[in-house]
Amino acid sequence: MATNQEEVQLLGVVGSPFVCRVQIALKLKGVEYKFLEENLANKSDLLLKYNPVHKKVPVFVHNEKPIAESLVIVEYIDQTWNNNPILPSDPYQRALARFWSKFIDDKVVGAASKSVFTVDEKEREKNVQETLEGLQFLENEIKEKKFFGGEEIGLADIAGSFVAFWIPIVQEIAGLQLFTSEKFPNLYKWSQEFINHPVVKEVLPPREPLFTFFKARYETLTASK
Amino acid sequence: MADEVVLLDFRPSPFGMRVRIALAEKGIKYEYREEDLKNKSPLLLQMNPVHKKIPVLIHEGKPICESLIAVQYIDEVWNDTNPLLPSDPYQRAQARFWADYVDKKIYDNFSKISASKGEEKEAAKKELIQVLKLLEEELGDKSYFGGHNFGFVDIPVVSYYPWFKALETFDSLNVGECSKFTAWAKRCLQKESVAKSIPDQRVINELFVELRKNSSTE
Repeated sequence: MATNQEEVQLLGVVGSPFVCRVQIALKLKGVEYKFLEENLANKSDLLLKYNPVHKKVPVFVHNEKPIAESLVIVEYIDQTWNNNPILPSDPYQRALARFWSKFIDDKVVGAASKSVFTVDEKEREKNVQETLEGLQFLENEIKEKKFFGGEEIGLADIAGSFVAFWIPIVQEIAGLQLFTSEKFPNLYKWSQEFINHPVVKEVLPPREPLFTFFKARYETLTASK
Repeated sequence: MADEVVLLDFRPSPFGMRVRIALAEKGIKYEYREEDLKNKSPLLLQMNPVHKKIPVLIHEGKPICESLIAVQYIDEVWNDTNPLLPSDPYQRAQARFWADYVDKKIYDNFSKISASKGEEKEAAKKELIQVLKLLEEELGDKSYFGGHNFGFVDIPVVSYYPWFKALETFDSLNVGECSKFTAWAKRCLQKESVAKSIPDQRVINELFVELRKNSSTE
């Protein structure tokens, strides 16, 4: 049980949806940690040492032992600190939580990003369709539930922070109507519950700077057409 | 117990093989149902409406989709024998990390090799060998990725083995360059769970040729 702040570190950047997942998990568990901000254009020796395979953030370090990949980290945190469980105890429910988390990562995150940050019109359209299909599956799954995890947020909700917070930002920048309350009423309701959840609210990065950052990236990309 | 566990599968699939191995490791009796992927059964479409893919593990009427999720499920439910994941949370995290790495890097490179020609193809082949070399580094002096015991990382890697053999045969992929990998694979193939789950190499080779032909006429 880590009580010393030195023992728990998180290498990350403000604004990364993947880093945010880990921060939500840590906040839920009440774990204190040191946040080591990376400059992705000039990665630290520490990052390269701790994640030589992918050289990416987030990297979670516990007692000097590093773990990479956001959902792997979240499961580790859940197993190490037992309060406020993120995964259910029933194996079948766990399998479902993992399924939907993987679905979000494989089918929604990439497609949604490429719906915005792609210059080729055909490629962009293909990704828009894929995103809409993905969101529809999530809409069908959430139904009337408060969270994917039930009454409290779980693994799939944490994975879905990208959908709840990041998609609305990037779609606004590109003038796209991907994730709307009209198209996906249940999922939209979920997203509002999620971003207003007391723990999540404290962890989400400020919207304005993030918007500015993505807008700049979008304008650079589209100017190069 | 036998009718409680059903596996919807396709013998040549490396993903189906992962679940077969896990079930065999635990000594679980189950009903095996071969799917015709060109004519998917109503049961498959009902049990995996999201992806419509195999493998699907059905336990007490409830479906578990995605091969590594099914393997973890099997490990958690039949937890009294042959653990597939380590009990230590850090070791578990490492196992999950490497299984994720295998999922990300091997299949994509297989696809790249199939879809490309000339320089691009050679580059993809080189990348795949680099992946194997990194896995060899991770294996180190251990008998298995899991240490003394065959486990969660060994399963997906060995399930790709027949496809590595096919690439060796048809695309001159120099798997032999990776002697540690080859030795590890031989060790895995001696395990009963792997030997009875692995599809016939001739079937894989035939399928490989057919898939290659179809993709080149597109």
